Amino acid sequence: MILSRALLKRHSVLPGFDLALGFALLYISLIVLIPLSAAFLKTFTLTWQQFVDATTSPRVVASYRLTFGASFLAALLNAFFGLIVAWVLVRYSFPAKRLIDALVDLPFALPTAVAGIALTAIYAENGWIGQWLPFKVSFTPLGVWVALVFIGLPFVVRTLQPVLEDVNRELEEAAATLGASRWQTFTKVLFPIVMPALMTGLALAFARALGEYGSVIFIAGNMPMISEITPLLIITKLEQYDYAGATAIAVVMLVAAFVLLLVINTLQAWARKRQGGL
Amino acid sequence: MSSTAVAATPPTVAAPGVAPRVLRSAITEPVWVQRVLIGSALAFMTLFLFVPLATVFFEAFKKGVDVYLAAITEPDALSAVKLTLVATAISVPMNLAFGVAAAWAITKFDFRGKNVLLTLIDLPFSVSPVIAGLIFVLVFGLQGWYGEWLRDHDLKIIFAVPGIVLATVFVTFPFIARELIPLMQAQGIEQEEAARVLGAGGWQIFWRVTLPNIKWALLYGVILCNARAMGEFGAVSVVSGHIRGQTNTMPLHIEIVYNEYQFAAAFAVASLLAALALVTLVLKYVIEQRVKHQKRAVGDRTE
Repeated sequence: MILSRALLKRHSVLPGFDLALGFALLYISLIVLIPLSAAFLKTFTLTWQQFVDATTSPRVVASYRLTFGASFLAALLNAFFGLIVAWVLVRYSFPAKRLIDALVDLPFALPTAVAGIALTAIYAENGWIGQWLPFKVSFTPLGVWVALVFIGLPFVVRTLQPVLEDVNRELEEAAATLGASRWQTFTKVLFPIVMPALMTGLALAFARALGEYGSVIFIAGNMPMISEITPLLIITKLEQYDYAGATAIAVVMLVAAFVLLLVINTLQAWARKRQGGL
Repeated sequence: MSSTAVAATPPTVAAPGVAPRVLRSAITEPVWVQRVLIGSALAFMTLFLFVPLATVFFEAFKKGVDVYLAAITEPDALSAVKLTLVATAISVPMNLAFGVAAAWAITKFDFRGKNVLLTLIDLPFSVSPVIAGLIFVLVFGLQGWYGEWLRDHDLKIIFAVPGIVLATVFVTFPFIARELIPLMQAQGIEQEEAARVLGAGGWQIFWRVTLPNIKWALLYGVILCNARAMGEFGAVSVVSGHIRGQTNTMPLHIEIVYNEYQFAAAFAVASLLAALALVTLVLKYVIEQRVKHQKRAVGDRTE
């Protein structure tokens, strides 16, 4: 009763608003909001100086560099090949296309630990791919990047596909009629249409990669200063009962994730506007 | 709506006879470009998707079927399977109840703060699994808010099954709500209002009108939620304590066995989860077709 009187903008004949919203709010508070606030409150037990020391020590900074750097490079590769995969799946026909389309989601469905040990086996020095490479992949920062490419793969493809499907072919016909070459049509007509979605996909893959743990730790080798990712460092601190230190790093990562969420929402709004205008 | 518009154009273009072939070549790429693009897409996917998937099964059976069977029937593996099933069986229905309630409130009513609620639902997706585990340690761990009270009452949440369930609920939180909200938004409220006017009660409306309309999207969300719940590693790893035979889920069991260099055994258990992933993809594909069909039906009705 209280909820509906306070919040409802318009009266509705349908029942269940108080029950549904009340339950949803209670649940979201207990499972998400209160535990998350614990992370922020815990950092207040530190002085500002302690917080700065915990989050900017050389080992922590090295882990940021690896985590953010490898995540970005992985998202970049995914953006490039994701565009090609999405294009091929929408525009061309070839054998086993539907099977391949369905398998794009494998990284969503395959548990990260499984992906982690599989990638490690493949890229180890005697692995299926590792034995042919002149350099080491498993147990190096390059291995971190490989794992992050794997888990980010579906994001770009799945955000681009619906946009490419909706592209009005008449635009391309018009460009061709006006004498544009196929490459010009792509760069000047098609690319601007799909650009917002491509950026969204890239940001989503990057965000996912930042927090990734399971697939990375097996292949990374986890050497401090070299191949140690930030989420692992949080666990290491936790195992040393340095709760405040672990939480301080977690808060830095949470803030980065929330900023990214904001960026993604803005990009999505942009993509919708761009698409709606055509 | 736009898909029907596109579908309507080809006949009018194709009519003049010679024109379409010229036009078609003007808006597609030369065959060699197509081949290069298809080739590089397949090469990329083979390298990063198909080879890892094949490796799991190859490594699992490398030392023979006997080793495989022994690895998945040893007591620790079985108790890991059991714990994974228990955690999933609790967390999926909880998130199902939340998803339906949140979707009902958000899509059937117009209220202040709706966008805030929508953003909050997505929040767990942007939180690292490790941090998802950490926050529950901060609340329920021995040093946490309720740590002493829990110890005094002889209750254990962290390093025990309840903690594993909580962490799993957190990471799978948005799946079902996210599938339901867009569909229910598109379906509108006319049918429910009609049922109400005809004298149906709240639960009657839900079971007889709403549920039949959303059952495929609901199932879709449940399948995704289930896959993630069974495979979650990072969050569960933080709260579990890794006690063999007691607080190890399947992914954690894989990690322990793998770190003991029992690779064949690790991949054997991993192959069970990989098989689950493949089943998930098949079901997902089948249901996707249904939902697409349903969305098109909704679109036609509103036109």
